[in-house]
Amino acid sequence: MSGVRARVALGVALAVLVGSGCGRRNHASVVIQNKGSDTMVNLAQAWAEAYREVTTDVAIEVSGGGSGVGIAALMRGTIDLANSSRDIKPREIEEVRRHTGREPAEVIAGYDALAIFVHRDNPIEMITFEQLSAIFREDGPVTRWSQLGVQVPGCQRDRIIRVSRQSSSGTYEFFRERVMQQRDFKLGSLDMNGSKEVVELVGNTPCAIGYSGMGYANGRVKMLKVAARSDGPAVAPTLESTLNHRYPIARSLHLYTVGEPTGALRDYLDWILSDAGQRVVQDCGYVPVKPGGGSH
Amino acid sequence: MTGREGQSEPPSRRTPVGEGVEPGAGRRGWGAGGGRAGWKPAPQDLQQRRGEGKRPRRTGWARAGERVIEGIIRTSGVSAVLFVLAIFFFVFREAAPVLFGGEHFKLLPFLFSVEWYPTSASNVRYGTLALTVGTFSVTALAMVLAVPFGLGAAVFVSEFCGPRLKEALKVVIELLAAIPSVVWGFIGLTVMSRLIVHFTGAPVGVNLLNGGIILALMSVPIIVSIGEDALKAVPDSYREAGLALGATRWQLVYRVLLPAARNGLLAAVLLGVGRAVGETMAVLMATGHAVNLPLGVFDSVRTLTANVAAELGEAPAGSDHYRVLFLTGVLLFSLTFVVNLVADLVIRGWRRK
Repeated sequence: MSGVRARVALGVALAVLVGSGCGRRNHASVVIQNKGSDTMVNLAQAWAEAYREVTTDVAIEVSGGGSGVGIAALMRGTIDLANSSRDIKPREIEEVRRHTGREPAEVIAGYDALAIFVHRDNPIEMITFEQLSAIFREDGPVTRWSQLGVQVPGCQRDRIIRVSRQSSSGTYEFFRERVMQQRDFKLGSLDMNGSKEVVELVGNTPCAIGYSGMGYANGRVKMLKVAARSDGPAVAPTLESTLNHRYPIARSLHLYTVGEPTGALRDYLDWILSDAGQRVVQDCGYVPVKPGGGSH
Repeated sequence: MTGREGQSEPPSRRTPVGEGVEPGAGRRGWGAGGGRAGWKPAPQDLQQRRGEGKRPRRTGWARAGERVIEGIIRTSGVSAVLFVLAIFFFVFREAAPVLFGGEHFKLLPFLFSVEWYPTSASNVRYGTLALTVGTFSVTALAMVLAVPFGLGAAVFVSEFCGPRLKEALKVVIELLAAIPSVVWGFIGLTVMSRLIVHFTGAPVGVNLLNGGIILALMSVPIIVSIGEDALKAVPDSYREAGLALGATRWQLVYRVLLPAARNGLLAAVLLGVGRAVGETMAVLMATGHAVNLPLGVFDSVRTLTANVAAELGEAPAGSDHYRVLFLTGVLLFSLTFVVNLVADLVIRGWRRK
């Protein structure tokens, strides 16, 4: 008898739990499904959270999986908004057209600029793609700072300590693709689990060099000027050089919809491009689209 | 009157328990040694007396309840075996497809190559030798540091220090054991790494030495508390006999107590090893996480556990990379199994002698 009562009580408790969970969801009349790039998943989450304070009528459900996964889901119609840290491919535009009969629409919501970090005491000022590749790639010959012509104070053994990212991160892939033409990394680099950890470690280690988002810079590290070609100009990573595409290790953060967005989706995208949305971009360590727009 | 408990709690003080004031209290004496014939039967008397009075009045519900509880207790008894088998089964099931026909996977390079390129764009390679060596080197260094400290502290706490200091020490050691591993990792990453760079001039502070020290600090509390229990379990008669023969306290410790308690002490060391091998978060943060065969204590390394923790989250479920990570789980499982088996055989070997 008591067993039956307990079961009823359990049922009621479950119903209350489930009900309350649904109840909270139901406040939002519109749900926007958002999926895509793992690089952008934290940013998308931060947008979704900040947007909850703007309106409770719209809920945004964010998931990762990769840029390609997001675009594929968009053309199947299972999501409303795809995040992508690369440009949509012509083949994918074609597929979207074929599946939905409409054109994909693109919004650039910010930029991801990778800075090359060294310890602030390191006298080196600029570096080329060729040098970076020789340091980081599998058979790259550069292992000592003296090979780059610098003496680093506090680095007695002259060895270059390479600081990298775990192999599944988007930043790792972007660096490999842009700087090393898809060749593999040399083993023995210190693979950190986050952008911030890279900068922290470089700041504590005079011998170190590493790459990470520009927004993570602090007072103990120095960002190098980067030249894509050995005879080309070296460009410092700044908001400005990212926006005018002169800085070579930067990519756009895209949002794709099927057709021109309308209604709640339009409002959300407008909010992302507003000062409030762009401030989130900057807080996540990325570069906002409008210079100064998100900074204050 | 041989056992230690027998001295401190004479039988006369325990006899009243048998008179049935508190039903559970009688059990407390069951595990105790000899010299207690005077009161030992008392709980049985008690049970008989109660049994005669109670049994007929029990309802069917109560009997069914008892059977259920018996079942639960039996299940929890064998559950450890079930859990181990189930864990091995599920981990192996996730790993099996790549083992029998992964695209870039071959067993020999998996075990004996240092080249770990799970997400390479051109040439995917899954070699875990550097990770296995990393796990063993960090564990070995940690044990070299932790075993002398741990066993020394256990001997001191158990044999040499006064009761008040002993209480204080035990509390502090338990506190040390309660520090979460991520906090240890944090200490390694910030405090320890700076100290290592400052005092040794090593090019980078997150390395084998850092991981070894952090793991040693994490294993010492376990070794101390289990080791102390093992020493406490040596009967006082051994100590008395030793002292009566004119041994000094130090002679007593290393000629009598350490040999007598060696199984327990080995168990203490093994649990320390287990902690060190299985530890993930702290080594992930303190070792530098570099795929590298270490040539010295200032080289950075990566362990099997840290590698799984760092990569499993972002490896697409069902991909070869994902399955190979599960296979490293199987490898880790097998390695710890072999370590435990060897230790078990060593203990048996001793017993036979």
